[in-house]
Amino acid sequence: MAARLSWRAPHRLSPAVAVAAVAVALITLIPVFFVIQQAMETGSSEATRLLFRPKVATLLSNTVKLTLTVTIATAALGLAVAWLTERTDLPGRKVWSVLAALPITIPAFVASYGWVSLTTRVEGFGGAALILTLSHYPLVYLPVAAVLKRMDPALEESSRSLGHGPWQTFWRITLPQTRPALLGGCLLVALHILGEFGAFAMLRFSTFTTAIYDQYRLTFNGAAGSLLALVLVLFCLVLLLVERIVRGSDRYARVGTGAAREPRRYRLRHATPFVLLGLTAVAILALGVPLGTLTYWLAEGRSAAFPAHELVTTALATLKLGLGASLVTTVMALPIALLAVRQRGPLTTLVERSIYIATALPAIVIALALAVVTVHYLRPLYQTTFLLLIAYAILFLPLAVVAVRAAIAQVPTSIEDAARALGQRPALVMARVTLPLIAPGLGAAAALVFLSTVTELTATLLLAPIGTTTLAVEVWENTTTLSYAAAAPYAALMVAISALPTYLLTRRFGALSGSH
Amino acid sequence: MVFQPGSTRLTRRLMLRASALAGGAALLGGPATFAAQSATPTLKGGKMTLYNGQHSSTTAAIVKAFTAETGIEVQVRDGEGPELANQIVAEGKGSPADAFYTENSPALMLLSDKGLLAPVDKSTLARVPEQYNSPKQDWVGVAARSHVFLYNPALLPEADLPKSVMDLAQPEWKGKYGYAPAGGDFQPLVTAVIKLKGHDAALDWAKGLEKNGEVYQGNMAILKAVESGQLAGGITLHYYWYAMAREQGADKMKSKLHFYGHQDPGALLVVSGAGALKAGKNQKEAQSFLQFIVSAKGQQALVDAGDFEYPLAEGAKGQPALKPLDELDPPDIGPGDLGDGKAAVELLQDAGIL
Repeated sequence: MAARLSWRAPHRLSPAVAVAAVAVALITLIPVFFVIQQAMETGSSEATRLLFRPKVATLLSNTVKLTLTVTIATAALGLAVAWLTERTDLPGRKVWSVLAALPITIPAFVASYGWVSLTTRVEGFGGAALILTLSHYPLVYLPVAAVLKRMDPALEESSRSLGHGPWQTFWRITLPQTRPALLGGCLLVALHILGEFGAFAMLRFSTFTTAIYDQYRLTFNGAAGSLLALVLVLFCLVLLLVERIVRGSDRYARVGTGAAREPRRYRLRHATPFVLLGLTAVAILALGVPLGTLTYWLAEGRSAAFPAHELVTTALATLKLGLGASLVTTVMALPIALLAVRQRGPLTTLVERSIYIATALPAIVIALALAVVTVHYLRPLYQTTFLLLIAYAILFLPLAVVAVRAAIAQVPTSIEDAARALGQRPALVMARVTLPLIAPGLGAAAALVFLSTVTELTATLLLAPIGTTTLAVEVWENTTTLSYAAAAPYAALMVAISALPTYLLTRRFGALSGSH
Repeated sequence: MVFQPGSTRLTRRLMLRASALAGGAALLGGPATFAAQSATPTLKGGKMTLYNGQHSSTTAAIVKAFTAETGIEVQVRDGEGPELANQIVAEGKGSPADAFYTENSPALMLLSDKGLLAPVDKSTLARVPEQYNSPKQDWVGVAARSHVFLYNPALLPEADLPKSVMDLAQPEWKGKYGYAPAGGDFQPLVTAVIKLKGHDAALDWAKGLEKNGEVYQGNMAILKAVESGQLAGGITLHYYWYAMAREQGADKMKSKLHFYGHQDPGALLVVSGAGALKAGKNQKEAQSFLQFIVSAKGQQALVDAGDFEYPLAEGAKGQPALKPLDELDPPDIGPGDLGDGKAAVELLQDAGIL
């Protein structure tokens, strides 16, 4: 806001930045073009046969039912846990808030593997809803807890002093304040569910993603798979639209930052033991079961030959892909973030919208599109590591853009102006002033992308070049033959590798939210 | 290359034999060093890319033996047979694949029909009975597998076993068996039902399966579910059970195999095979791979890998535990009849399974 009010002429960006941003946006839109083109290429009678068949109805009902259930359940659970850790006198709040964030380090397909190797009763709708809720509720918990932490307690206190009870205060004050965070979290959860593949395949619950994968296995680039992809993409776009409409344009800001002090916490009193029991149950189900079974299989597997060599080469390949993807993605995010912060206008809006659409593309669609597009039109890229990195970049660009953008927004343009006034050329200003200033943001973006890449399964399955395998793929390959013990070392290593960036990120964001 | 192509092959054949002798001598503890050294310079080496729809561990064992024999390095891309075949079609002339080895003939027939496979050396084809090879002589049969019904006797008494795979569409079978329709193994069975019972009956049958069967990711998952008592039965192939029996001991197995026999579509015998790509950059290497895979050594490597398929080459012996091939009484449906499997996929889509 401050920039807009300033007296200076708008800060000019080099046109190269705009060109780069547009190029990145176009790359992210390749899958969308592909889906539309494939759908148009399919004859209308064939398309009708493939779209209006019983399987699609089943998939539709499965997908809608599960997405709704998990989204509502994660919203309720995430909100409840956030309120308990941030607004009540719950004993051990610090510990509970860490435990509530931790499930994010266990990918849903690893959690599913843990559960299904324990009991096959989790197969099907009920189990899928339970496991995905448990592994996704941090996506709601984290943003909502952050908002509650920063919220001025004066709002709630005024409500209480004006005669509202704790419940009324919660519904009329606290909940509306968390609404943007809650909706944002729900949207993420719903998009994750629509794109999830591994967990559903392991739990024998068919959704659009599992069906697209089946079609890929049978036909590589058949019309049936592409049409299902089209339906899935439409689904995701509708979701984005719904979130926009529900979020509306209400504003939640207040005048002046004030000095928020420690809120008066709601006293749980007699409810304390029950709340503790409930939170313990959630922690056991979300963390204890997956990690416990993993440990069990790890111990079980030691009796068999331990694939030390394979484990090391696979881990190295995974790390390399993770680092490569963080580099490529962060570089691609930079021009978009610069444009978004420094140069508002119709072009920026267009570029931002296309990134927005990309957030809704499931990995399976991106991978399918890149495989088919490169095999036909970009043969030198086909089956290369670079293509896989591009797929990761398309998948995780939105994450990186958010982090880089936040960092750029905090850099006052006056510092750069000063550097220019002192005679530095724009490229040098970028290299010597801007980049060092936004380095922490770039680091956060890279860590986020690294984390997501290390646990990525779907795109890797479809696009990994000959001879390349990752920890996630090995877990998947072994679990499809129910070789649970063989899958365990790969899964454990993957969780361990992803723990470090998660720790750094939560520490960083924890520090950030604490300082506000 | 100094030699003429013909003489190269002859030389290699001789050298193969020499190195085989060297290997044998090494096993016997004889003076192998000298023989091995003299053979080494003739291992011409080279490299090739193999698209593999066979179990990756089996193929890895065969490839290892092949590389040891010829010095040719093989890059392997693993996948599901139909996926890889369609991928090769999409890749067209620029496909990196030199050879394709897969579990079910339809994937090979798809490539054969599109004219993408190179003719296989006559001497290679001659190693395998004609009915197991490509009708167009552009791929060679490697091993055979029988479709079976797997069951857990504690949950499904022998008296209640299905007489035919067609029975499984009936409502009394609801929830009692698993099947894995998304893999390459299931399509040939569907094609066999179409061929033997007609399209309409096959569609009704598939709809029955959709209603009554439980969908699994693969045959191994079905076997483990039946073993653990989670499922009473399953539509699967014979060799998964044998492989598990070898690991655990046959007496510890809780499940059993039921061979339908009587030329029932459910008793279908399918052929795994290998072909060389016409557009491949390493034609000679690909042909020598085909030659190796049906040679005595290649077939032995397959058996030694713990693969319980029926090796098809002349004189090759499968695992002794196997029910003899000539007692299976499968329906008279060969690779030519199974075609490329497209009709089966369409039928599965129309039945709501895929």
